[in-house]
Amino acid sequence: MNLKLRIWRQKNAGSPGRLVDYKLDGVSADSSFLEMLDLLNEQLITKGEEPVAFDHDCREGICGMCGMMINGVAHGLRPAVTTCQLHMRHFRDGDTIIVEPWRAKAFPIIKDLIVDRSAFDRIIQAGGFISVTTGSAPDGNVIPVSKTKADLSMDAAACIGCGACVAACPNSSAMLFTAAKIAHLNLLPQGEVEKYERVVGMVARMDTEGFGGCTNIGECTAVCPKSISQDFIAKMNSDFIKATFAGVTAAEK
Amino acid sequence: MATNTQPVAVKLNAAVPEGPIQEKWDRHRFQMKLVNPANRRKYNVIIVGSGLAGASAAATLAEQGYNVECFCYQDSPRRAHSVAAQGGINAAKNYRNDGDSIYRLFYDTVKGGDYRAREANVYRLAQVSVNIIDQCVAQGVPFAREYGGLLDTRSFGGAQVARTFYARGQTGQQLLLGAYQALERQIGLGQVKMYSRAEMLDVVVIDGRARGIVVRDMATGKIRSHLGDAVVLATGGYSNVFYLSTNAKGCNATAVWRAYKRGAVFANPCFTQIHPTCIPPAGEHQSKLTLMSESLRNDGRVWAPRKKGDNRNPRDIPESDRNYYLEERYPAFGNLVPRDIASRAAKVVVDDGYGVGELKNGVYLDFADAIQRLGKKIIQERYGNLFDMYMEITGEDAYNVPMRIYPALHYTMGGLWVDYNLMSNIPGLFVIGEANFSDHGANRLGASALMQGLADGYFILPYTLGNYLADTKADKVDHNHAAFKDTEAEVTEQITRLLKIKGKRTVDSIHRELGEVMWNNCGMGRNEAGLKEALAKIPAIRAEFWENVDVPGESQDLNQSLEKAGRVADFIELAELVCRDALHRRESCGAHFREEYQTEEGEAQRDDENFTYAAAWQFSGDGNEPILHKEPLTFEYVKLSQRSYK
Repeated sequence: MNLKLRIWRQKNAGSPGRLVDYKLDGVSADSSFLEMLDLLNEQLITKGEEPVAFDHDCREGICGMCGMMINGVAHGLRPAVTTCQLHMRHFRDGDTIIVEPWRAKAFPIIKDLIVDRSAFDRIIQAGGFISVTTGSAPDGNVIPVSKTKADLSMDAAACIGCGACVAACPNSSAMLFTAAKIAHLNLLPQGEVEKYERVVGMVARMDTEGFGGCTNIGECTAVCPKSISQDFIAKMNSDFIKATFAGVTAAEK
Repeated sequence: MATNTQPVAVKLNAAVPEGPIQEKWDRHRFQMKLVNPANRRKYNVIIVGSGLAGASAAATLAEQGYNVECFCYQDSPRRAHSVAAQGGINAAKNYRNDGDSIYRLFYDTVKGGDYRAREANVYRLAQVSVNIIDQCVAQGVPFAREYGGLLDTRSFGGAQVARTFYARGQTGQQLLLGAYQALERQIGLGQVKMYSRAEMLDVVVIDGRARGIVVRDMATGKIRSHLGDAVVLATGGYSNVFYLSTNAKGCNATAVWRAYKRGAVFANPCFTQIHPTCIPPAGEHQSKLTLMSESLRNDGRVWAPRKKGDNRNPRDIPESDRNYYLEERYPAFGNLVPRDIASRAAKVVVDDGYGVGELKNGVYLDFADAIQRLGKKIIQERYGNLFDMYMEITGEDAYNVPMRIYPALHYTMGGLWVDYNLMSNIPGLFVIGEANFSDHGANRLGASALMQGLADGYFILPYTLGNYLADTKADKVDHNHAAFKDTEAEVTEQITRLLKIKGKRTVDSIHRELGEVMWNNCGMGRNEAGLKEALAKIPAIRAEFWENVDVPGESQDLNQSLEKAGRVADFIELAELVCRDALHRRESCGAHFREEYQTEEGEAQRDDENFTYAAAWQFSGDGNEPILHKEPLTFEYVKLSQRSYK
């Protein structure tokens, strides 16, 4: 198939970027979206131009490294897939495809389609863990966990940290990401002990990183490649209120 | 790079402790020296890689009080390729009461590795496997549970007990997130300094000891060095030497290769594992291969048509025209034979012209029986995400038509040689996880990579590294030491050289060419003529690369072409060593199948008399043949026998 591509090019964080038009012919319908970009890059290099920089790694939808706005939708129009899993058979010959980076204040652009998502790591540092030192764990079957809870926790834990939720949100909110991690840990008995400190710490960090608030639009869940449910945001809010009543505040932590 | 390094005499001492195998590790733990908790903060430990091995080691050493610097090439440590492991993690918990034990896991692993692993290491691995599960549960890894709330397990290839713990089809992701979260906690506490988008390009050796690394900041292109009292490589395997593999695109061998060129010996490079259940390539554009978890073989039945070129819809092919070749040939293990056996059987079927799919390059993995027996819902619960993934990639619905699968490069058992303490022959240079030559011998069993990565990182290295530090009096060095300056200069020079070539070929096109040679001549089946042909072709590819590659862009910038070029330059050199090792090992064992050496039934024929050793290769200068060292393997507990899964 033959395509018209409009791709965001930006040399670095300091320079202005712009959309650049490319024509790309001979794309196999069986290739993935990133393989389509590989083809473009091979052609650009051969023509002596700089290839388009984009983040990617596992190319099987689990590492969370890739992500771009494809025709205005994070990871493209297919539900529940990452950019690397999106295949060209879902486009038509002659289509124009607009490709842009995630756009959010807390995700500054590094180059072309690559953004800095280290804010997510810092949110995890603020409580996205269970404080258990290696070697101190009791036998794995000492703490039974109901299958329902374990399954729900797993639903939340499936988050790959790609940042699509932030990119899709008109407020650039990181609530779905943060809530998913809080739910993963707070739903389990192992996570119970630190549950309030966790929610308070992570929410505070999320705010200082410059992510916006949630206004229940739901675009985050709609684009999430792992279909993480918005319900977890409600759970986070509920845990947060309970923590406030329990007198746990960020400053205290 | 390192062209002036004179090969120093290498004496391989595996340093296996005395005593019965069950007691070796316990005794050793007592005998090892300790670093006083107050003194640990005076030590700086460098860890390269943030996968299961790297992240677990970084977190644990930081918890113990060491200063840790951790490096990864991704934008976050959470993305290391351990994340992609699907099926599960083995542990000898025997929660099922089905006859499992530490000894049995040890036995299965040695046998599965076709008797080419070090017994003492494997026994220790089986021992600590039980602690790993405990640790991960405590961290909040949401393992699959039974209705009573206890941990669920399933069976996996090469074992007759159900000892594999799992978290849906995302076990690697969940275990990695556990280790990543422990690591982030230590970063938050200031005990670990994390460097993301940072690629290690060389190791600095002073007075024979590893004292630091040289790193390129991938966002800015800046070269800088880092000092360490010990350096730990947890940089994964080198499957991408084959270009197409199930590894992430960024997985590379540069760290281990540069260490090799600084004197670390490389063991069993030809032990490369092919995973039997991957989605077959769809065409020229293919950039990587996607694995479908081995756990699928629990419920899926592998078959191919009995008639060559049978183009019928698989649902229209009657039972009598289907060849369930694994079940027929291996009635005891059936579809659950080890990976090497399942892979070779698929190759034979496809090579003989029974392949399926448009390119006739696959076999079927059929769930129709399982769906009929258990219902679609249960299959969906067990493998839903895999079926979805298959659908996205191929456009086919595996609930209705059988999956098409074919083997692909997946894991490398070979790697830098390490002793019982996981230290290479360069003192102070430790190698853990897939990067070392590992406990898996010539073939790794499914769900054992996660086990080994976490065993090394959580429970072995934190002891042995402390022992090294306590036992070592090294001079203080700083960045101005000539070795740091020289190594930085060499790294910079190579980058300048790559950017100057300005030839006509892209890095990818040369990498693809290398991969084709490797897959055709050093893949699932190998023979002398083919390996010799590869050894003639690879130097030509290397010459073509250094004369005709085109690396656009600048060094002081985010430059993905430059990153790839450096990695491919190393892959080309490594490819030669892989072929050389494969040529020298005139036997078949595990994943290394030399067509000249097979039993009448077409199984791998080992030559225990001549090859019961780990082959450790030493770099002896560019253009010189590497020097072969042998670590003899002795088997006191597991009797050497012809593997049989019939």
